[in-house]
Amino acid sequence: MSKFAKKKDGEVPAVSTASLPDIVFMLLFFFMTVTVMKDSSVKVENILPNASEVKKLEKKDRVIYIYVGKPTKEYEKVFGKEPKIQLNDKFASPSDVGGYILMERAKKPQELQNVLTTALKVDRNANMGLISDIKQELRKVNALKVNYTTYEGDAFRNLQ
Amino acid sequence: MARRAGAPEVSAGSMADIAFLLLIFFLVTTTIETDAGLDRMLPPWEPPTETPPIIKQKNIFTVNINRNGQLLVEDEIVDIKNLRSKAMAFLDNGGAPSGSADYCNYCKGARDASSSDNPSKAIISLKNDRETEYSTYITVQNELVGAYNDLRNRESQRLYKKKFVEMEAQYLNPETTDEVKDELKLKVKRIQDLFPQKLSEAETAAN
Repeated sequence: MSKFAKKKDGEVPAVSTASLPDIVFMLLFFFMTVTVMKDSSVKVENILPNASEVKKLEKKDRVIYIYVGKPTKEYEKVFGKEPKIQLNDKFASPSDVGGYILMERAKKPQELQNVLTTALKVDRNANMGLISDIKQELRKVNALKVNYTTYEGDAFRNLQ
Repeated sequence: MARRAGAPEVSAGSMADIAFLLLIFFLVTTTIETDAGLDRMLPPWEPPTETPPIIKQKNIFTVNINRNGQLLVEDEIVDIKNLRSKAMAFLDNGGAPSGSADYCNYCKGARDASSSDNPSKAIISLKNDRETEYSTYITVQNELVGAYNDLRNRESQRLYKKKFVEMEAQYLNPETTDEVKDELKLKVKRIQDLFPQKLSEAETAAN
């Protein structure tokens, strides 16, 4: 019988796959912890300006985002080329901002409602008229803490 | 007769180690993206009937941005690169004479009587046109905030041998322990009171 049990020399030993599940799990956990869920897709051009004196926007649960910029190519036909405001997934006019802020505020837990920040993600080519309108609306609903979201960098690069 | 050599055995024992190395590498290098930007407070909405407080003209530093991105600072055309030093000179002026209530003992400015009395009285008023580009506006905001930060850093370096922006970042960092936070809070507050950020933004001009 021993002649059957004898191993042939030319045979390639099988690579053990016992640890494969562990590796896959590790990868899975890694991506699970790192991934941030995107809650809305940006429908406007959104190249932010640079600034050097920035502060980090910690605690994402206390932030309400407002996007401003030119509609991207696919929305250009419907919404034109002028900079627009995007709230959640919809294009909006300045007068809708107040209502949106109130609605978002009501969704947050009670203890956070007074410490919310509004992050304005505004394209560098937008003009101030629209921003001023948004600021007026924010003042009306008493959302006074704003953050002009920027990239970190030399502010003078904005001027070129 | 020579035997044909088979393929050598591949050891899979070190696979786990390699995977761990990769895992640790990615864990260390990945930073979860956090947004950063300029924090500002908007003025509260007041009914227009209320009379505004009277402020001496010399305590106001006016900055106007026109539609082409040019700056008018205190009725002079100024290059944006010089804005920070101009604002710092104004804030740090400390023009009130020594002995008066407004005297500023930590100011290192020119002590020009025709400029601001005290950093706590000094107000920067920023006006922009509706057609001003956002990027220009952010640059101006950045320079004005930078002027405050530079002065605060100077005082903080003198009092606590540490930069103000570092202290503030540490204070705002959620990983900082509570005891450190309590200690920092007092220091940050004190420096902020030395140079309070008074940046007023009037409603934009229509044309």
